[in-house]
Amino acid sequence: MSEAKKESLFSKKNKQLISGPINKTNPVTIQVLGICSALAVTVQMDNALVMGIAVLSVVAIGNVIISSLRNFIPSRIRIIVQLVVAAALVICVDQILKAYVYDVSKQLSVFVGLIITNCIIMGRFEAFALGNKPWPSFLDGIGNGLGYSLVLVVVAFFKEVLGSGTITLPAIGKLTIVPESVYSFGYENNGLMLLPPSSLIIVALYIWVQKSRNPELIDK
Amino acid sequence: MELVNLFIKSAFIENMIFTFFLGMCSYLAVSKTVKTAVGLGVAVIFVLLVTVPVNYMLETYVLKEGALAWMGSDYADVDLSFLSFIMFIAVIASIVQLVEMLVEKFSPALYGALGIFLPLIAVNCAILGASLFMQQKQFSNVGEATVYGVGSGFGWFLAIVLIAAIREKIKYSHIPAPLKGVGMAFILTGLMGLAFLGFLGFEL
Repeated sequence: MSEAKKESLFSKKNKQLISGPINKTNPVTIQVLGICSALAVTVQMDNALVMGIAVLSVVAIGNVIISSLRNFIPSRIRIIVQLVVAAALVICVDQILKAYVYDVSKQLSVFVGLIITNCIIMGRFEAFALGNKPWPSFLDGIGNGLGYSLVLVVVAFFKEVLGSGTITLPAIGKLTIVPESVYSFGYENNGLMLLPPSSLIIVALYIWVQKSRNPELIDK
Repeated sequence: MELVNLFIKSAFIENMIFTFFLGMCSYLAVSKTVKTAVGLGVAVIFVLLVTVPVNYMLETYVLKEGALAWMGSDYADVDLSFLSFIMFIAVIASIVQLVEMLVEKFSPALYGALGIFLPLIAVNCAILGASLFMQQKQFSNVGEATVYGVGSGFGWFLAIVLIAAIREKIKYSHIPAPLKGVGMAFILTGLMGLAFLGFLGFEL
């Protein structure tokens, strides 16, 4: 390959790989992948952030590994190879979480392990990393991880502010958002927001807003 | 009686879809018609029936702290529990493959009905989720683990068949265009989840 033909590290096409999944090809709301964990870990903001970072690092690193091995993986056993790569990375993430943020890892419970079967991971390995070079695959992983984290953070924001009137950030702790004076007027936290079904409704509203702003995404 | 309670608890009160959102991806993708939903639901029950007890044995005799004591006192304090993710997923992937081959050999009719769904199941979070919850709940014997597996599978089956029936009907109603399809399915699942919260009141 001649030097002139080589793409720059951040060419337009490569930037598209990051910005696409954040909006128009968002893995959660448009491709409907990886919803299980997106809905279950969003009661508090810090859980959502930690989960987002965990998934982001697993997709990005896993994409690089799969993409560098792509010429050596026989296509008949590729699913099991992908599962093993994902499982190995998730074990590392799980051990790191247990070591540094034990409380959050206790609250996330089985959902850390379930990153292995998160459809985003398998979907990106299968659809992108198996057919592309390591660097674009890395960017694609980062983009999809960010798109996933964005949805998580938005859902967690509404759930926590409306449900308990606080925002919990890692390393800072609980911040009170709804002031005392509002409560004295008779405002009450919406307990429904803390229950699992409410996150489904919030995601549905998110999809509604997103599709109204990008009419080309509407299902026919 | 204990086992019946466990079954009801895992199928209704701790429903895989409505309380833990496990297996949502295939739940949303394969719930457009009742017929395919029933096919996938049966396949999930079947795979859970096999994988949860196998993973329970693995957990009790190999992975848990001190589980290797049967190999001699040298191994009594070995703790392999950090390996459980990779072991569970390997067991699930290979059992799904095995089940697929057995069904193809012995019951071609059933294979025709389940065929395409079986490979999908290896990456269904409900399957791995059931094994991880089984590990967390520390059941006392393999019977309880089996009942838990079947119960959660049944709950998942119920959820996907119900949503498929509703989605078949709702196709003909007027809903805002951006909400069509996935958006509406989310809202429906949310409402069904609220209904299922009613089961929380049961004392078992």
